[in-house]
Amino acid sequence: MAVSKGKVTGVNGNMVTVEVEDVVSLNEVAYIEVGKQRLKAEVIRIKGDNAELQVFEMTEGLGIGDLVSFTQEMLSVELGPGLLGQVFDGLQNPLPKLAEECGFFLERGVYLGALPEDKKWDFTPVVKVGDTVEKADTLGTVPEGIFEHRIMVPFNLYDRYTVKEIVPAGSYTIKDTVAKLEDSKGNVIDVTMSFTWPVKRPISEYAERLRPVKPMVTKLRLVDTFFPVALGGTYCIPGPFGAGKTVLQQVTSRNADVDIVIVAACGERAGEVVETLKEFPELIDPKTGKSLMERTMIICNTSSMPVAAREASVYTAVTLAEYYRQMGLNVLLLADSTSRWAQAMREMSGRLEEIPGEEAFPAYLESTIASFYERAGRVRLKDGTEGSVTIGGTVSPAGGNFEEPVTQATLKVVGAFHGLSRERSDARKYPAIHPLESWSKYKGVLNESRTEVARSIIFRGNEVEQMMKVVGEEGTSINDYIIYLKGDFIDSVYLQQNSFDPVDNSVSTERQEHIFNIMFDIITGALDLDSKESARTWFYQLRQKFIDYNGVDWQCADFKKLESEILAMIKEKKTGVDESLLAKQGEE
Amino acid sequence: MRKVYSKIESIAGNVITVKAEGIKYGELAEVTTSFGKSLADVIRLNGDTVSLQVYSGGRGVSTGDEVRFLGHPMKVSFSDNLMGRIFTGSGMPRDNGPELTDNLIEIGGPSVNPAKRIIPRNMIRTGLPMIDVFNSLVESQKLPIFSVSGEPYNELLARIAMQAEVDMIILGGMGLKYDDYLFFKDTLEEGGALSRTTFFVHTASDPIVECLLVPDISLAVAEKFALKGKKVLVLLTDMTNFSDAMKEIAITQEQVPSNRGYPGDLYSQLASRYEKAVDFEGAGSITILGVTTMPGDDVTHPVPDNTGYITEGQYYLKNGRIEPFGSLSRLKQQVNGQTREDHRALMDGMIKLYAANLESVEKKSMGFRMSDWDTKLLKYGVIFEKEMMDLTVNIPLEGALDKGWEILADCFTPEETGLKTDMLNKFWPSK
Repeated sequence: MAVSKGKVTGVNGNMVTVEVEDVVSLNEVAYIEVGKQRLKAEVIRIKGDNAELQVFEMTEGLGIGDLVSFTQEMLSVELGPGLLGQVFDGLQNPLPKLAEECGFFLERGVYLGALPEDKKWDFTPVVKVGDTVEKADTLGTVPEGIFEHRIMVPFNLYDRYTVKEIVPAGSYTIKDTVAKLEDSKGNVIDVTMSFTWPVKRPISEYAERLRPVKPMVTKLRLVDTFFPVALGGTYCIPGPFGAGKTVLQQVTSRNADVDIVIVAACGERAGEVVETLKEFPELIDPKTGKSLMERTMIICNTSSMPVAAREASVYTAVTLAEYYRQMGLNVLLLADSTSRWAQAMREMSGRLEEIPGEEAFPAYLESTIASFYERAGRVRLKDGTEGSVTIGGTVSPAGGNFEEPVTQATLKVVGAFHGLSRERSDARKYPAIHPLESWSKYKGVLNESRTEVARSIIFRGNEVEQMMKVVGEEGTSINDYIIYLKGDFIDSVYLQQNSFDPVDNSVSTERQEHIFNIMFDIITGALDLDSKESARTWFYQLRQKFIDYNGVDWQCADFKKLESEILAMIKEKKTGVDESLLAKQGEE
Repeated sequence: MRKVYSKIESIAGNVITVKAEGIKYGELAEVTTSFGKSLADVIRLNGDTVSLQVYSGGRGVSTGDEVRFLGHPMKVSFSDNLMGRIFTGSGMPRDNGPELTDNLIEIGGPSVNPAKRIIPRNMIRTGLPMIDVFNSLVESQKLPIFSVSGEPYNELLARIAMQAEVDMIILGGMGLKYDDYLFFKDTLEEGGALSRTTFFVHTASDPIVECLLVPDISLAVAEKFALKGKKVLVLLTDMTNFSDAMKEIAITQEQVPSNRGYPGDLYSQLASRYEKAVDFEGAGSITILGVTTMPGDDVTHPVPDNTGYITEGQYYLKNGRIEPFGSLSRLKQQVNGQTREDHRALMDGMIKLYAANLESVEKKSMGFRMSDWDTKLLKYGVIFEKEMMDLTVNIPLEGALDKGWEILADCFTPEETGLKTDMLNKFWPSK
C-alpha cells in the first residue's frame, strides 16, 4: 500500500480539509508542508476524497494546494528505556531539548525524538536462541533509575516468533538491534529496545484484569481514611477555581505510595507545571532516597499550547502509564484538568459542525470520558506479576457547579469522588474535600464500620450546626451541642491537614490508624460536660493539643508526651461510651 | 505585483468572501471602500473561496469594492518610537503622530516553552498598600481585577500605571468609553507617565474586530520589549468587552455557542493571551493586569469564571476598595518572605483583626450592645479603611508596614493583636 499524498483544499482554524489521492485511514497522522515547516496533523473525518485533519499547531500561513503527506500510522508514542524523569509536550516532544534547539518559544513544526538516542543501556538478555516468544514477552532487561525496565517484544507483532538471535549482555543504544525474531512464515524481524504504539489504543497485554482492592496510600488522612483510592482504581477531583485542586494533585504526586507518577498538565497554567519542574528534582523520595524526578514523568500541554495537542496529551500520558504497568509496576496518572481536555474536544466538534449536545459538548463526550478512565486497572501480567494504572483526574466545572456535563460524565465512571468546596477553601480548611458530598467505592486502610461512625458524627454535627444558625446556641440542647463540637473536632484535627507542615503533610497509615483510634475514643465517648461553656473550652483545649500532636514526628518524645496529655484529658471527662452514636449507625 | 480582486461574493456581518487563489490562512488584505481603506484578515479558506474579516466592519462595503492581498499576516511596527504613542487596535495612530512602518513584527506568536519558565521571584511595587502589603503583585504574574461596572477600575489601573515600578507600561483598551480613553490619556500625561506608556485603544464606537486585536497587538509589543530586557506591565481593560466581541463575531459566523452564547473556545482564547505573562531568564518580563467586569456581580459568569481558572489569583474591587477577602495573589508567598521580616505576620494579623471588625460591624447593625473589644475593633476598622484600603493612598511598602504598626498601636494593646511576641518586641511602636 503506497503512502498517500494530498493537497489542502480548505482551512478553518486548526481544521484543514485535504483532497487525498489514495487510501487514507481514520486517526492517521499526516504532515502538511508549509514552506520549510512540516506540521503534524491527525485525520478526524473522511468524506469521499476529502479528509478532515486537525492540526497540532497554529495554521497561519497555510494555503490552498499545500502538499500533505500521510504516514499510514496512527498518532503514536515511542516506548522504551529513558522515559522516566522526562518532560514532554502532548505529542511526546521533550520540552527541555526543544528549548535547547529553539530557545524561549515553542517553534511550530519541530518534532524531536522522545528517547535519548545515544545513551547506552546495560542490557541483560533473559531469552535464548530457539525460545518461542510473542508480543509483550520479555527479551531482556535494562536498569532505568531504580527500576528494572523490561525490553519486550513489541506489542504490535501479532504472530508467535522464534528467537533467531539475541545479543549478549552489554551496552546498547535504543536503536541497536537486540534480537532477531522469526515469524511463522519465516520472515525475520529486527527488534530494538524501543517501538511505537498508537495512543488511542489501550495496551492490553495481560492475562486478566483484577478488581482494585488494595488501597493506594496518599498519606492524606481525609482520603485514606474516608474516601480511599485503590491501586488500579479511578477518582476525580472536581472543584471551582482556587479550591486547591492543583495543590492536592501536587501533594499526591509527591506522597502517593506507587512506583511511578505521571503528571499530565493538560490545558492548565504553565506556572504550576514550572513549580513541579523545578522542585521535583530537588525533592527526595522517602521510599527510594533518590530524587522524586526519577520516578516521575510530566506531560505538559498548558493552556496556551495548541488545542489539538491538548486533546492528545491525556492519551499520551495513559499510554506511557500502561507501558510501565507491563513491567509489573504501580503507576499513578494525575490528569489536571480533564475539563480542558473535554473543551478541546468541544472545540474540534464545533469546527466539524457536529450537532452539539449539552453546553455544546459533543454527544460522544460521555463515552470518550468513560473509555479514558477504563484504561485504568489492576492487572495480572502473563508472567504472573501484578501491575496497575490508577487515574486521578481533576475537573474544573464552569462556575463551580457540579451539575455540568463533564463532572456528571466523570462521576458515572470513577470509583471515588473527592468534591472540593469553595466554602471549605474560603474557610482555609484544607484539603477542601467536602466530607459529606464526597464518596468512595473502594476499601480503605481503616476499619470501615468505625470510619462510618465518624462520618455519621460529622453529618449529625453539621445538622446541629445548621439548626443552631436558626435557633441560636441557647435553643440547642447540651447533647446536640456536644455532637456539634465532636463533628467540628473531627474536622479540625483529622480532616484538615497542613500540606505546608513538614510532618503533617504526609501521614503514614500506621499513624493514621493510631490517632484515629484515639479520636474515636473521644467522639464516641459519653462525656461529663455539664455546660456548653465548659464543653467548648474542653474541646478547644483538646483540639489545640491534638493539632500540636499532629505536628510532631511519629513516636518522638514530644509525640509521646502530648499523647499522654491527651489521654489524660480524655480520662478526666469520659464516663463511658455513647451507645446512641454507635447504634444510630447500626440502623442505617 | 499583487493581484486586486474587485468582486466580493458575499457580505455577512463583518465577514466578506472573495474568490481568489494563492492566499494563505491568516493573510492580511486591504479593502478599499467608498469610506476609505480598511484592513481585513483571512479567517477561512475553502477551495478558492476566501473569507475575510474586515477590521472596520462590513457596514457600507459594496460587492464592487476592491480587495488587495498584502501577502503577510497582521504585523505591527516595533521600536522605541512606540513610547508615548497612542494607536488603534489595528496599529494605526490615533494621536495625530506619524504612522510607524519600520521593523514590523508579527502578532499572536507561539507560546513560551514551559521548560524555559522560571519560578517568579521579584515583586512589583505599586505604592498601594492593599496590593503591596496584602496581595503583592509579582513579576510575570497574570492577575485580573474583578469588578462590577461602576467601580473605579480604570482609576485604579491609571494609578498603577503611574506608580508601578516597571520600565514600561502597555495599556490595551477594549470597548472603552471615549471619556475613559481621554481620562487615561490626561491622567498619564499629567502624572508624567505617558512617556513610558504605549496605548492600544479600541473605544466602544470603533469596529468590533479591532477590539479582538488589542490584546494580541499589546502583548506582541510587550514581548519584544521584554526580550530586550524591559520589565513590562500590560494593563488590559476590559477583558469582558474582549470576550463579548468574540461572542459577537462567533455568533455572526454561525458558530455553535456553548455557555451563555460565548464560543466554546473562550477558555483557550483567554488563556493564550494571559499566558503571555512570563519572566524571561536573562532578559525582561511581562506582567499582566486585566480588568474583568462581572455582569451582575456574578463570579460564575463565563468570563470571570474562565478567567479565574487561568490567572494566578484576582483582585476584587468592591465599594471603591480592593476587598481583602476575595482578593488573592497566588504568587505572593514567593516574594513577601524577602521584603521585611514583619511583612507576613503583619499581613495576617491585620487581616484577621479586620475580619473581626466586620463581625462587630454586623453586630452593631443588628442592634447588639457593643463590648469594649467591639469598640476597639470598630475604631480599627475605620482607620484601616481610611489609611490602608483607600485607593488614593500611595506609600512605599516599608512605609505601609510602619503605618500598619502605628494603626495597631493606636487601637490595641500588643497582646490583643495575636501577633508573635518576637515581632511585637521588635516592631511595636514605643510611645
